[in-house]
Amino acid sequence: MSNEENCFQGIVAQAQTAGAEVGPVRDQLVLDLYRQTQEIARQVVKRQGKKEDFDHKIDDFVTSKYFGYPLMLTLLSLILWLTVSGANYPSQLLSNLLFGFGSHLTALCQWLKAPDWLHGILVLGLYRCMAWVISVMLPPMAIFFPLFTFLEELGYLPRVAFNLDRGFKRAGAHGKQVLTMCMGFGCNAAGVTACRIIESPRERLIATLTNNFVPCNGRFPTLIAMAAIFLSALVGTANNLLTTGLVVGVVVFGILVTLLISRLLSQTLLKGVPSTFTLELPPYRWPKMGTLLIRSVLDRTLFVLVRAVVVAAPAGMIIWILANVYIGEVSIIGHLGGFLQGFGYLLGLDGYIILAFLLGLPANEIVIPILIMSYLSEGVMVEPSSIEDLHRLLVANGWTWLTALNMMLFSLLHFPCATTLLTIRKETQSLKWTVLAALIPTGVAILVCFLVAQLARACGLV
Amino acid sequence: MNCQHVGTLKVLSKLNQDKSDAVIALAGNPNTGKSTVFNGLTGLKQHTGNWPGKTVVLAKGNYRYRNKIITLVDLPGTYSLLANSADEQVARDFICFGNPEATIVVVDATCLERNLNLVLQVIEITPRAILCVNLIDEAKRKGIVIDFPKLEALLGIPVVPTAARDKVGLAALKESLHQVVFEHKQLQPLSIRYQERIEVAVATIQREIEPFLRGKINSRWVALRLLDGDTTLITEILNYISGTGPDSWEQGSNELKAVKCYE
Repeated sequence: MSNEENCFQGIVAQAQTAGAEVGPVRDQLVLDLYRQTQEIARQVVKRQGKKEDFDHKIDDFVTSKYFGYPLMLTLLSLILWLTVSGANYPSQLLSNLLFGFGSHLTALCQWLKAPDWLHGILVLGLYRCMAWVISVMLPPMAIFFPLFTFLEELGYLPRVAFNLDRGFKRAGAHGKQVLTMCMGFGCNAAGVTACRIIESPRERLIATLTNNFVPCNGRFPTLIAMAAIFLSALVGTANNLLTTGLVVGVVVFGILVTLLISRLLSQTLLKGVPSTFTLELPPYRWPKMGTLLIRSVLDRTLFVLVRAVVVAAPAGMIIWILANVYIGEVSIIGHLGGFLQGFGYLLGLDGYIILAFLLGLPANEIVIPILIMSYLSEGVMVEPSSIEDLHRLLVANGWTWLTALNMMLFSLLHFPCATTLLTIRKETQSLKWTVLAALIPTGVAILVCFLVAQLARACGLV
Repeated sequence: MNCQHVGTLKVLSKLNQDKSDAVIALAGNPNTGKSTVFNGLTGLKQHTGNWPGKTVVLAKGNYRYRNKIITLVDLPGTYSLLANSADEQVARDFICFGNPEATIVVVDATCLERNLNLVLQVIEITPRAILCVNLIDEAKRKGIVIDFPKLEALLGIPVVPTAARDKVGLAALKESLHQVVFEHKQLQPLSIRYQERIEVAVATIQREIEPFLRGKINSRWVALRLLDGDTTLITEILNYISGTGPDSWEQGSNELKAVKCYE
């Protein structure tokens, strides 16, 4: 290093100290800059006639102090309500159809005199797991994705980012994180990839690490089913409105956790101040319905479904084997479940639920099928084709409202699925951050579930 | 992902292979019709290429006006030059270290106020700038009237209204550019004034940094960036001033490389 360079670095260091003394320099520079452009525009630009900008009027409402948040909540509730109430019937239909076909397959196996284990692996394991995933996931996705794409094409999402920017800034994070979270509703892996739109590496990491707190489409069916079970266990009935309300509550809780963890991260591991950015609010455009349907159904719904089925099929086989191979008197899955029972109980869950989440690492969609299969292997012979059947099965296995609630919370907060983790690894190019991306949410999930369970038990509510 | 750290100098040496009389940078916000202006000026004589090591595309084209060959470099569309993103950094580096004979800033007449932010940042780096106010036809439809002479007086640089889609104003833009580049029309652009405490700090740094820059870069702007703690700039400045290639800097720029890899 030459002498001159050292001198230069000295000035750089000196400038940095001076900058620290002045305070948030970047913000002040941008503020002064905006003040001057505003002044120039005021002198130079005139608006003639009554042709007022329609978009501006809408934006004044959509991003206003009083209507911004309620409107967002209303739209979120509306989308979820349409999904919850619209998905019930087609789900039932698909389930009857697919499980009906399953019994034909069983008949076929008998006719072919296939050995029991083959029938078990292929029909009871592989086929049933796939049938469950398709009948539970396809209808909500086919409703949710087009609605969501509609809002996206309309140009509403940047307004959401605008509304929530203040909150994220206060948490030391980037306003565009909201957009990555919106993508996360579809799929967390997509959400993590979307974090590329955040330019500052620090804020991008925060967004990457917390994206999982937004429930993806693989977890929505779980949340919806658990919300219904929670409500029928607690108040006796579960109508669509109450279920939607509870799911919205869980989503909002996830957003609050996102803010909290973002804030903690930006004060500890990822110290720094949020950077300034320009968010363009694009003009509203009425979406082309044909393109919208094709894009949301082909690009999103089918894409996610195929991925889920590809993962669910082999997982179904493995689970069936685990549930039907006995060591002593108990199946392997029984051994594992028993081993995890104590830990599960501490969290207000049970051993099988923990096992289902662990085995569901490849994809969140298969957590419930795994759980059902492990309960069924314990001898309760019910084929759950509806929420009521599922409810009966779960109660028979010792479920209370607390189990359903904590199952929702754990599902919302726990480690990301394998695909998301791989995506995080690819995007961050760092094993350390990938491991943290799994550990942080899991820690939060354990802590929250533990506290809820202990509180409920201490108050004698369960 | 390409993790090679490549500075501006390599790009410039490539650019200079062309026989042209002047290199002009074309900057502007996204969605201002910048590419339409670029296409309108250069016709089909253009090449696109990646900025080395980054996923930023630069387009380059030529046109001839009054017997001079002008090379136009279409920079990525950005809202600012604060180097928040790879795009912004490339645009900034080119305007600052690429020594373009002039920089054309294309703005959208329908939202002039928002676009002016970039204009003020450009003239903070270089005095040789021309403002191209595009989409005046759309502004007229929306009932927006802009006082161009007043804008020119306030900014201190030539202002040319255009509707590039219909080739309106492009001839005037070429002429204005010709005057700035070849007839050395003197420009006195507006300088942004900041809060007193920032101005005081900047003045101190500016005094100290002045000798290092040898008049190659605007010292006030460098002082502002240093005060802002912009580390991406430091390596580039050192490369630029010492005139060494970026390769000799590999070791010193490890931290910077990590950041770029991440991008």
